[in-house]
Amino acid sequence: MTRTLRRMPEPVLRTSGLRKAFGDRVAVDDVGFHIAVGETYGLLGPNGAGKTTTISMVCGLLERDAGEVSVDGRRVATDTTDAREAIGYVPQELAIYPDLTGRENLRFFARLYGIGGEDLDRRVDETLEVVDLTDRAGDRASEYSGGMKRRLNIGLGLLNRPKLLVLDEPTVGVDPQSRHAILASVERFREQGMAVLYTTHYMEEAERLCDRVGIIDEGKLMAEGTRRELVALVGHEDRVSLQASGDLGAAEAALARLEPVVDASRREEGLDLVVHGARTALPQILMTAAGAGADVSTVEVAEPNLEAVFLHLTGKALRD
Amino acid sequence: MRRALVIAAKDLRLRIRDRSAFIIGFLVPFGLAGIFSLTLADVDEEGDIQVAYTVVDLDGGHLAGGFVDLLGSLDFVELGEASTVAEAERLADGGEVDAAFVLPEGFSDSVGAGRGGEIRVLVDPRSDVGGLVARSLARSFAGDLDAVTLSVATALASGAPPEEAQGLAERAGAVPPAARLDRDAAESRTLSTTGFFAIGMAVFFVFFTVEFGVRSLLDERQDGTLARLLVAPLRPAWIVAGKVLSGFVVGVVSMGALVIATGAFLGAEWGNPVGVILLVLFGVASAVAVTALVATLAKTPQQAGGYTSLVTVVLGLIGGTFFPISQASFLGTVSLVAPQAWMMRGFLRIAGGGEVAEVVPSLLVLSVFVVVTGSAAVVRARSLMGR
Repeated sequence: MTRTLRRMPEPVLRTSGLRKAFGDRVAVDDVGFHIAVGETYGLLGPNGAGKTTTISMVCGLLERDAGEVSVDGRRVATDTTDAREAIGYVPQELAIYPDLTGRENLRFFARLYGIGGEDLDRRVDETLEVVDLTDRAGDRASEYSGGMKRRLNIGLGLLNRPKLLVLDEPTVGVDPQSRHAILASVERFREQGMAVLYTTHYMEEAERLCDRVGIIDEGKLMAEGTRRELVALVGHEDRVSLQASGDLGAAEAALARLEPVVDASRREEGLDLVVHGARTALPQILMTAAGAGADVSTVEVAEPNLEAVFLHLTGKALRD
Repeated sequence: MRRALVIAAKDLRLRIRDRSAFIIGFLVPFGLAGIFSLTLADVDEEGDIQVAYTVVDLDGGHLAGGFVDLLGSLDFVELGEASTVAEAERLADGGEVDAAFVLPEGFSDSVGAGRGGEIRVLVDPRSDVGGLVARSLARSFAGDLDAVTLSVATALASGAPPEEAQGLAERAGAVPPAARLDRDAAESRTLSTTGFFAIGMAVFFVFFTVEFGVRSLLDERQDGTLARLLVAPLRPAWIVAGKVLSGFVVGVVSMGALVIATGAFLGAEWGNPVGVILLVLFGVASAVAVTALVATLAKTPQQAGGYTSLVTVVLGLIGGTFFPISQASFLGTVSLVAPQAWMMRGFLRIAGGGEVAEVVPSLLVLSVFVVVTGSAAVVRARSLMGR
């Protein structure tokens, strides 16, 4: 009898047991995750959580105390260069040469990746197009706007057509327009089949971009999974906020008796409810409130999000 | 290795764009060499050092006469005689001569009796090179007299009759000009002021010119581009090699341009081209290695700039790039710790008409500087890169 084994594709990035200490302070402790082809993985955590230290080890910038990293099946270490050809790195701070033109910046790094000949010009032109800098390619980077510098910074990470693109908080300090452009770019990279490791402390970015999110705090990976999986950790209760006037006391009592309502509380200008499946229960809630003498003017429904998950896991808000 | 060349080419492009390499590596040393050579009054029409001395021979003995004859035999000395010390003082104070030598009464007898003697040197305070050369001549002659005094004293102590002392002193002193006088004066005798300052400024400033090389590692670390380089598929050693190479190329081009320009426009003679090329290559390599080590001891580019400037100025001064240093002096001994001193020594020998073989000791010592400080710099550079 023969058995047919279905082979799972090898993840582009595989990490396990990563640990790094600086003196007595443990910056990263037993962190492990993997990223598949075409997947965007977010490391979500506040400043100082260990995100940059983790990606520094992933990119081979930092010697690790323990653990393993492989990219595209090749082991990453500070003293080997094999796996680096598969990595594109976009650091948090701008890492460009301001006295070189955009094109010269790209050509320099392309050559470091061993790209030469006709490929060199073609690859540089393609990258300029991707980051929308073709028209300004001959200008020195020092003459670029902040957003253009950011785009060049990202372009430098794309030159080698990496299998793994690592972006370290690329939207920090960026104006809304450039931020939107950066997020749209990352979505395109995913569509092109690139594996993306994206660190951020912005919950909205993680929710928008990432197929899976790892929540990291104080160097530990607290939880990881899809948004749905993570939200499930804190239950499925939604928060419903009613702006209302009239007999709020009677409305509070009537709503508390409804089966989907887990909790009801009155405040000065309305009612706050914790509801199991708010979207389906909303008509019943509004009818009950009106029947009890409350005049509802607005309704807000807040479903659980990663902010709530982080709060649940760590006991503190993401912005702390 | 090709990637090290890519990094070096990028650094060179940046250096050319900010123009500082041109200013520090060429414009300033060329300008200073020109200014120094023009402002020093000891230059004759041909650019050779010419000094005016006067001598007051109150002794009239054979040793004093030997010294006067020696001065008279030097073709760069215009020698006059004064009859009194007061007249000599007036000539020196008034700037009519660069220096005056006073040989006191009983000088030869004193030396002949094994008691030693003293030559007074009165210097015109406005004469830089002339005064230095005068002191060097007197010191060198005095050193030879010490040997005579010692010989006579030893002979007398061994029981030789006192009446033989005079003859002994004459025989001991009859070896002029002393070999050491020749060596000490050789550089000044054959080298023009312009030539000296062309060499001195080129050697002094090449250390400033090349210091950007490895220091730019700190710039790249501060600007974040070092991380990007380290993520690229290249070994850290190639990054360091690229930095070293760019510094070396700028240093060689800078010194080469100075050799050509000071020769063409200031009339400086550098001497045997092969010797000059070897000294430029070895000297620049030592400058790169020394400044790299100093730069890697710093934590920020600003700190590195301060450290390298300090070390470069101190080593440049004690290395004799601004004024001639007698190898027989205490400063001459101290100067041996400075690669600049070995560069100066080699260049001065070659410029003074020496053969290539005469700079081999300088080349060997400069090689030691390269190996020792360069190795330490590489170790330090690795720690800069967070490895």
